Formats: sequence, structure tokens, C-alpha cells
Amino acid sequence: MKIVVLEKQVPDSTEITVDKKTGALIRDGVPAITNPDDLAGLEAALELKDKNPDTEVVVMTMGLPKAAEMLKEGVAMGADKGVLLTDRVLGGSDTCATSIALAAALKKVGFDLVIAGRQAIDGDTAQVGPQTAERLDIPQITYVDEILEVKEDSITVKRSLEDVEQIVTAKLPCVITTLSGMNKPRYMQCDNIVDLCKEDKIEVLTNAELGIDPETVGFKGSPTSVKTTFTKDVTDKTEVFTLSEQETADMIAKTLKEKQIITK
Amino acid sequence: MARFEEYKDIFVFVEQENGNIAEVSYELISEARKLVASIPEFGYKVVGVLLGENVKEKAQEVISHGADKVIVVDDALLKDYSTQFYADALTQVVLAHKPDSMLTGATPLGRDLAPRVAARLNVGLTADATKIEVDLEYAKENGESLLDVTRPTFGGNLFGTIVCKDTRPQMATIRPKVFELAPTDTTRTGEVEEFTPTWRTTDPQVFVEKVIEKVKADVDITKADILVGAGRGAENCLDVLQKVADELGGVVCCTRAVVEDGFLDKDRQVGQTGKTVRPSLYIACGISGAVQHCAGMDKSDLIISINRDPQAEIFNISNMGFVGDCATVLPLLVESIKAAKAE
Repeated sequence: MKIVVLEKQVPDSTEITVDKKTGALIRDGVPAITNPDDLAGLEAALELKDKNPDTEVVVMTMGLPKAAEMLKEGVAMGADKGVLLTDRVLGGSDTCATSIALAAALKKVGFDLVIAGRQAIDGDTAQVGPQTAERLDIPQITYVDEILEVKEDSITVKRSLEDVEQIVTAKLPCVITTLSGMNKPRYMQCDNIVDLCKEDKIEVLTNAELGIDPETVGFKGSPTSVKTTFTKDVTDKTEVFTLSEQETADMIAKTLKEKQIITK
Repeated sequence: MARFEEYKDIFVFVEQENGNIAEVSYELISEARKLVASIPEFGYKVVGVLLGENVKEKAQEVISHGADKVIVVDDALLKDYSTQFYADALTQVVLAHKPDSMLTGATPLGRDLAPRVAARLNVGLTADATKIEVDLEYAKENGESLLDVTRPTFGGNLFGTIVCKDTRPQMATIRPKVFELAPTDTTRTGEVEEFTPTWRTTDPQVFVEKVIEKVKADVDITKADILVGAGRGAENCLDVLQKVADELGGVVCCTRAVVEDGFLDKDRQVGQTGKTVRPSLYIACGISGAVQHCAGMDKSDLIISINRDPQAEIFNISNMGFVGDCATVLPLLVESIKAAKAE
């Protein structure tokens, strides 16, 4: 069983703040992390490997060369190797174009099961998993909260939706997308880090190896484009009162009465 | 000569389960009506696409909510949602009818389906949008519609307006509860057209073995008209906060911190990772106003906030702000509300 886990290196969005004067995002010093949904996917793959040591786990990402750090962390957690897909022609890819590149890399590397995080915390699109499945013409199961059983030719999982949970079985190969709450990712292991020092376990793939039509990826191949970005306007019409507690309570009640929210 | 002359109309995917149509589909139809009205020169229609088994009778309901036309795909394979058959059917409807744009609710189902269809068609898809407008200047200059689709990213810290200039249909998934529902008109008439897809295979690739109802939340905060929200600054007075909600006939909701601290259940959480609400009144108690929370409630009609910190971010999005400690203000507020009722 060969499992490829798709990961993305993202800025920790909980650390991003907005400059109140300029309205610009303050990104300086914001740490780059492995996207949480992806990390859950890797942990789920490693748990399958714990149960069945014949399982091969590959962590794959598309990104800048520095994303190799994240793959090394994945190997240090227990993955067998990392695959970094990096090429200038891929820069600026939207989800549609990214899925073309990832599908090409997945075909090159080979897989029985692809695990992707449900969505990345920087883009929040949740589209790359399903679109990669479409490019590979294989089934997808989104919103996976637990992997129940993996057999030679099928996988059974629990999906967590808004009001219901579903137990779902799909034929392999397939793509599943995982939710960050499903497990607690393990720490990196010392002996794995030592192994990494002895042997470079990160394979770099460029378009020289993949031969993707450059017209279909990068900015050129992306049907969506960003027209503008902006941070939220601050409304200046707020009235902030500093009153005694009793005055505060009375004024709120009076306002609600005036707005006819409080009636008899 | 316009590039996309054949492409017309705004399609809305009508999401249904057991014949019950998701409210977001009607929100999108309401909004699509405004979009087509902004470009009357194009003569676009609002078209609902309804997939399922024995759903044809629901077409009139879709028309009553504002559709000019409904395309129905009625097939036993579409009885319950499956990515495979729904993607096959919807892709074929799009290829056959060439809509200018195709909107889907950003529900778990919509976000499972739309990316698959967009990839098959190689068209642009904007995810989880909260605003949509026609670029009127572009429409005038180029003789074709261009949708400006705005969405939050970076956990609600940044907004991006996304366009799909060179592919049609322009696709987007839109977050529930951001658009208002237009009133229904049961006398409205419209065309109903049936569409028969050609299945690539009728052999299902994914089987749903079992569906388990999640333990039902005792409340649905998205349906409440009055919400009293608790942040960390109100964790020490949740009982009296509940009393305020009771007096107003409202419901208690909260921030992520309050859920993480174990005080309230996840289904009461408002914000980026919780639910989006737009009640007529939101009283924010001890809520600092992190963007992730505000993204889920800043569309409320009236926001009144109480916070100890005069600099709290929540005041920036409130209509009225009060500097004060919830634990002392809220018990007095219960009494003031009672008194105001008695007046």
C-alpha cells in the first residue's frame, strides 16, 4: 500500500494581524507551518503504517524550494520520503492549475491512496483535493474524520458533515480529504532526524520530469485571477460609552425598547 | 464580437435532501435576481438546476422563490447525493446549456461537488464567497458579464475579489446566510425543462454504508433572531447571560475560546470555524472581537457590545459599545429589561 499525503506550507493565520493605520496585513515574523488539516492527514497515514509496516508513506507538496523543510518534518514524523514539486512555471497556479500539476506528480510517483487536508488555512478553498481526484479520474471522499478500515482494494471512513456522520466505502485508488480535529499529530522522532542527516530523502520534481503543458499551469493556466485584495473597513460610526453599570444596563434596555425588540 | 456570445443566464444549483431544498439555494436565487437586474441589456434569466429522484414537483417552489426556469434532472441514481453522479449530471447540464455563471451554496455538499465540476470543465471556481457583483464598467466595455466575487482568506484577515475573465461559466460557491431571502411569490410562473444525462457508468464508486444523526443541537443559532454572544470576558457569568437571552427570547452563542475552554458546545460557536449568523440583534458580551469571530456575525442588524477594554476590537464593528464588566452589568440588564417590559 502506497499512500501519498499532500501538504501545503502556510503562514500561521492565527498569528497574522492587521496594521490599523495602513490596513495592510502584517506578515513579518509570522511562522510558516504545515497546514493543520494536512498534518492530520499525515498522522492518519502514519497510523496506518503503524498497523501495517509494509505501508509506504510519501509526503508531497508543490511550492517554493523552502517547502522542503516541511517535507523533512514529515519524514522526521515517520514518512518514508518527501517529494517536492517546484518549478517556476507553476508559480501563481490557482486550484484548477495546481490540481493539474499535482495529478501529474502523483502519476509519476504512483499511489494507492491519496490523502489531502480538507482545506488550507491561507486560501480556505477546499478545492485542491477534489480537483486532483477529478484530474486522476478517481473517487473522492471529503470531510474525513476517521479512517476505519483499509483493504487492498477499498477504504472505509467516517465523514463528518453538518448534521450527520456517514460511514462511506470507496474503491481504491481514491482521494480522501481530512479534518484537523481527527487526531493529534505525533512529534518528530530523533532517529528519523538522524536518518535525514545521513540520507536526503527529499526528491525534487520539476517540469523537466513531468512535462506538463506550461499553458495549463501557473498564472497562464489559472482561470481565476485576483482583481483586488483589501482588509476590512473599520466602521467609524460606533459610539462607545463609559457609564456606570446601572446606566449601561438602562441605556441598553432603552435602546432595545426604542427598536421594538423589547415589547410587552 | 463578444467571446462568450453563446453563454447566457445565471444558473443556481438547487441543493436538496429528501426533497427538502436547502435555504442557501433560495438565497442565491434571490441574489441572482439582483445580478440579472443590474445588466438588463443582456436579458439573462435566473435558472435553477434541480437534481434528484422524484423532485420535479419541487420545481414550482424554486420558481416561487425567483427562478425564471428550472432544469430538472430526475434519475434514481440521483436519489441521494453522490459526487460521481451529481458531477456527471451537472457537468452535462452546463455543457448543454452554456450558462454565463453557475452558483452553488458553500455547504459541505456544494464544496464537494463544485470543484469536481469546475475541474472537469476547466473553468474558474471561487470558493466560499461572501459577496458577488457584476462589474458594470467591464460589461459595458466588453459586452460580456464579469462577476466580481469577494471572499475572505487568511482566516478572515484579508478579502480578495476574484474574477474569471477567460472561462465560462464563471463558478462560485457562496456561503449560506450572507444574502437575504426575497419574499416568495406562489403565483410566479416559469418554464420547467427536463434533462436526461448520459451516464459515463452507472456503477457507483463510493457507497454510503450508514448515516448517523449527530447528537442534535438543542438550538440552531443560525435561525435565532436575537443572539447573546459570550466571549472569554463573560465565562464567569454565563448563567446570567442566559437569563438576558431568556428575557429577550434569544439564544446564547459564543466565541471559539469559550468552546475550547469547555463552557459551551461547538454548535453555539460563531465565526470562521463556527457558524455565520445575521440576527436582528447581537449582544456581544466580553468578546474581544478577533476577526475570526467578527467574520461570522458582523452582518447582524444591530450589534451592542460590552467589554472591559475600551480598546477592544469588537467596538469597531458594533453600533453601540459599552465599557464595562459583564459580570456586574448583565444582572442589572436583566432587571432593566424586565422594567422596560413592564413600562
